[in-house]
Amino acid sequence: MCCSDPQKEEPKISVDWSRVLVSRDEFFKVVAAVSAAFIGLVVAIPGIGFAFGYFLVPRQEDWIKVGPVDKYEPGKTVDIVFTDTTGTPWDGVCAKRSAWLRRMEDGNFEAFAVNCTHLGCPVRWEAGAELFMCPCHGGVYYSDGHVAGGPPPRPLHKYPTRIANGQVEIKVGPVLAEG
Amino acid sequence: MEKVLDTALDWLQDRTGLVKPFMHVMLHPVPRKSTWAYVFGTAIMTAFIVQLASGVALSTMYVPSGGEAWESVKWITEKVPFGAWLRATHYFGASAMIIFVGCHAIQTYLYGAFKFPRELNWITGVFLLFLSVSIAFTGQVLRWDQTAVWTVAVGAEQALRAPFVGPILVRVLCSGDNVSSASLSHFYAMHVFIFPVLLIGLIGLHVWLVLHHGISEPPTPGKPVNKDTYREEYHELLKTDGAPFWPDAAWRDAVFSVIVVLGICACALYFGPPMIENPPDPSLINAEPKPDWYLTWYFALLALVPAGIEDWFILLFPVFLVVGMLTPPFLSNSGERSARRRPWAVAIVVVVVGSVLALWQEGINEYWTPKFAAKPVPPAAIGATTGPIAAGAKVFNDRGCLFCHAISGHGGRRGPDLTDVGERLTHDQLTVRIVNGGVNMPAYAGNISPKELEDVVKFLESRRPHDKNNESNEPSEIKPSDKKLQETGASATDQQGNKH
Repeated sequence: MCCSDPQKEEPKISVDWSRVLVSRDEFFKVVAAVSAAFIGLVVAIPGIGFAFGYFLVPRQEDWIKVGPVDKYEPGKTVDIVFTDTTGTPWDGVCAKRSAWLRRMEDGNFEAFAVNCTHLGCPVRWEAGAELFMCPCHGGVYYSDGHVAGGPPPRPLHKYPTRIANGQVEIKVGPVLAEG
Repeated sequence: MEKVLDTALDWLQDRTGLVKPFMHVMLHPVPRKSTWAYVFGTAIMTAFIVQLASGVALSTMYVPSGGEAWESVKWITEKVPFGAWLRATHYFGASAMIIFVGCHAIQTYLYGAFKFPRELNWITGVFLLFLSVSIAFTGQVLRWDQTAVWTVAVGAEQALRAPFVGPILVRVLCSGDNVSSASLSHFYAMHVFIFPVLLIGLIGLHVWLVLHHGISEPPTPGKPVNKDTYREEYHELLKTDGAPFWPDAAWRDAVFSVIVVLGICACALYFGPPMIENPPDPSLINAEPKPDWYLTWYFALLALVPAGIEDWFILLFPVFLVVGMLTPPFLSNSGERSARRRPWAVAIVVVVVGSVLALWQEGINEYWTPKFAAKPVPPAAIGATTGPIAAGAKVFNDRGCLFCHAISGHGGRRGPDLTDVGERLTHDQLTVRIVNGGVNMPAYAGNISPKELEDVVKFLESRRPHDKNNESNEPSEIKPSDKKLQETGASATDQQGNKH
């Protein structure tokens, strides 16, 4: 009779099992919901990942040879046509690209994207006027690509150029996404 | 015989349970006064069925590959039996869908049919409208000609204006960094799978809602919608003045649908399939991308919006359109339905339709584009064959002035007509304008020599058609109407003279 006090009974373990275990009904609900979610994810993730896979591909850039330096007359702006190598093998003609290349009097080259910075229409070099003109809304640029008039907000996009082994090269990336 | 049919129907009902619901739908009562204004919904359905049939047929030959799509469309048009016909009906079927979606929206709006309890009819209808335009637009891209390729590029450039997410939107639109075969395949999947499935699902919901709430009765002025009593009144109306859909109302739908199909066939026969011009080669830069007719008004709007608010406009206008179209049932879903008691509703329709038509007209004329094909101003209009005026005319013709400015009907309309500029501007004003340019005009300072400048100014100064007509080519003489001007000019010189 030393330690335990007969008056003070050990408290019985009492657990509200309904709060720990799930009922049969609830269990079936959870099974159904989890199954649906599982199937949904298994079906959706690869599908969406595939359809939007281009977000997982790193940005591609390429130095493209556009001909020997001597081919280009100083002070002249000419249309150069090349093939975008970043696409799929079945791109066909839609992988072809144009750019405006200008050999300046000092021997350097400038290459402009054909896309008007207003809405992306292809600008034309009008040699008589010495201006780039856009057929869509009449955007006009000077020979150095700066805006001469009309709605364009920015100068024409310039591709980086370099000369390697007597060849003019321009660095082509995603034109549209850069503006 | 009838007994046999009855037995057959009974058996079908017993085994499928579908006969009764079908009869219920066909025989459901509609307000007797809902007549010819109510045929547009069916017209859209009919056009959509034409689209499904012709579209599935076309898909059996079409190749959604960047390098071959254009060839396959050409092949379908030129070599395959019925190919040109199917392409034409698919194009005019799409046009019919867009036209009747517009008619249907205007009719239900003016009749106040979007009010209680049909708010969701309107909202699903708005989504169907935008889906119809989207499926038509993606279809235009599938032609994969030069215009299609540049249309995607122009769309991407617009998406690029969005802050932060611009580059992401561009990638989604092009399905990559550039317009490529991947862009086409994605547009193809949208056009033939995603949008049709969404359309069919939403049409199902829309038609279900129409059946669930019943076709709205033509509104009576002074009989507003009261949410507490509307349903009761409507059912009372059906009892007293209703008629079974089949055949009392259905015959009108059938007749109008035949007219729609005949219209599509007539256009297909007369106009033929939409042109597929140059191949989708982005290196061919002599392109002038233009959307199909139903977006011409939007194309014009983009051209005419002031440059200062353009970014905001490109971003917010589509949002404004969607939100604006969705608002009617939220703004007022009870009260007067009749257009006679809703002057603002009528005004909105008149303004919207008027604006679209006006913009459409502008979009066809395209005065804002330089006219690269303009014929040079001919010697007869120049009025000189030698000397500075003739030299100046050559500058005008050769230096690109002609693309934007017209003289005596020759040239573009991007800039002001210069036929009589000699009467409006002085020698100095002309020089300043050419050297410095303007908002839309390049500064020619670095582009022409002093001699050319002097010549072209002389040429422009000589553009005085009214002098010529009235004073038989004697520039020194003073016209009576010009006397006052001349006098003020003279007095101005006097004042300057006095100062010195």
